[in-house]
Amino acid sequence: MIAIYKKELKSYFTSMMGYVFVAFVLVVVGIYFASYNLNAYPLIGYTLYNVTFLFLILVPILTMRSIAEEQRNKTDQLLYTSPVSLISIVIGKFLALISVFGIPVLVICFYPQILKQYGTVNMSMSYLAILGFFLLGCTYIAIGMFVSSITESQIIAAVISFVVLMASYQMEGIASFFSDTAITSLLAFSILFLLVCIGYGLAARNVAMPVVLFVLAEAVLFVFYLINPIRFEGAFAMMLKKLNLASASYNMIQSGILDFTSIVFYLSIIGFFLFLTVQSIKKKRWN
Amino acid sequence: MIEVNNLVKQYGDHVAVDHLSFKVEKGQIYGFLGPNGAGKSTTMNIMTGYLSATSGEVIINGYNIFEEPEQAKKCIGYLPEMPPLYMDMTPLEYLKFVAELKKIPKKDQMQMIADVMKLVKITEYGNRLIRNLSKGYKQRVGLAQAILGYPEVIILDEPTVGLDPKQIIEIRDLIKELSKKHTVILSSHIMQEISAVCDYIMIIAHGKLVASDTPENLSKLMLGSNEIELVIRGEEALVKEILLKNSEITNLAVHHGVEEGCVLVEIKTPSEIDIREKIFYQMCEAKCPILMMKSANLSLEDIFLELTADQASAPSLTEEKESNHDSDL
Repeated sequence: MIAIYKKELKSYFTSMMGYVFVAFVLVVVGIYFASYNLNAYPLIGYTLYNVTFLFLILVPILTMRSIAEEQRNKTDQLLYTSPVSLISIVIGKFLALISVFGIPVLVICFYPQILKQYGTVNMSMSYLAILGFFLLGCTYIAIGMFVSSITESQIIAAVISFVVLMASYQMEGIASFFSDTAITSLLAFSILFLLVCIGYGLAARNVAMPVVLFVLAEAVLFVFYLINPIRFEGAFAMMLKKLNLASASYNMIQSGILDFTSIVFYLSIIGFFLFLTVQSIKKKRWN
Repeated sequence: MIEVNNLVKQYGDHVAVDHLSFKVEKGQIYGFLGPNGAGKSTTMNIMTGYLSATSGEVIINGYNIFEEPEQAKKCIGYLPEMPPLYMDMTPLEYLKFVAELKKIPKKDQMQMIADVMKLVKITEYGNRLIRNLSKGYKQRVGLAQAILGYPEVIILDEPTVGLDPKQIIEIRDLIKELSKKHTVILSSHIMQEISAVCDYIMIIAHGKLVASDTPENLSKLMLGSNEIELVIRGEEALVKEILLKNSEITNLAVHHGVEEGCVLVEIKTPSEIDIREKIFYQMCEAKCPILMMKSANLSLEDIFLELTADQASAPSLTEEKESNHDSDL
């Protein structure tokens, strides 16, 4: 794991990638910091909240090569035939990625100290905001790394990561398209099930199983609907809103509240996507 | 040492490896021989734990590669078809990374890397970027990676592809050198290479093991008959007539166009009969001088072609032969 970590970290800084990433984050955060914090508002969280859009562009670029490049160059043969477990390879790569991201975050840690020169600053609120910012970034990186493991092409990995992160980021807007009536939610859930079952059927080249699953799911859905239709009001929109990963961090970033729910939420999402990455690599070995 | 039992690998409907079973003993060079797409690389990839098998098992030094992958992988050094090199590293950095991956103790690392680099003769290239090395030297760095840690088994997938003749000989010598301490398995679709290096040959076609033996036994195995090639000056009809008197000859083929007034004759007899002197005197009598006579043993190449020919290509092969022959018995 340490060997992979060192090698990955080094490779980010032998190519331009690491420097460009660090510089870009620092430039954008610096501009926002200068205009928001130095002029008016003493909390770094305000700046960080406004630069979360940065992740949509930077994370896909950072993570695209992580695993896709190894698969294209066949260097994955070396990794997977060496006496190192798959999990430690994935964790090593993830740690290298978040270390690269950690560098600008470390620099940002000095910003509250700068602000302190001009007046009183709530330090615990500032550093909680930075922690929230860091956690959100790590979560996005875990997603980006997973996407990188499903393809051999860096470009495709970057585009898919961007689309996924963008969709997540815009989920609240998308959710507002759905009206709050119970019947809308029922329909939306039905269509969602249908799509999932069709996808499953295509992937498994099987007809009977997805049809059975779909009918079962619909039956359960209708039973719940008949028992208590009120619970369906706005349910689908709620679910969509939950997919906006950034929203869980707002408590920490914006308000500087120590929010354990969010921390656990992010750590579980990270764990989930690392697990998915391992699974996607394992799947490749079967096909 | 290595035991492969009933290995099957399917890609959808396509069977790449079909119930393959073999054993590899210590301290010898084993050669996987087979045409392109025969399943050599797939087999090697499964043996080294890169791919999973549909069914069957691979046991290396008593460790099952699917159940105890880390223990099993420790015993193997693998050079895939395409050396898994990081182009933005120098060979020295790369080998250091591999040494760490293979969990070689820190204090031994530098010494071992230096030894291995000396062995594959890349010491003076240690600080160049791998990207800038020639194909042959990239191959050597890949080889160094496989040797590093001195694993008990070294598996090389087509180690000499794309090298110039001098480099091929050097790599062959290196492989022979390695076999003194390690078990080496290498694959190739080139017969000469396998017969030059290997102690034991396994011929694979369509994912199946069609033959496995020492090179000598393999050629003996196939040698059911004696084949003699003759160039005789004389009329074709006359030559044929004389030869046909010999009942020992099981197969006779006459070709034209060797030299003016000459015919090229191929004769097959049962393997226990030596007909050469008899023919010599017969031709003398008929005043048809023999310009050349040689007994043609089956080369490994013929065996290879014979064993790996499938239904689709077999008829075309015989057709080709027939079109060359002006007359067949």
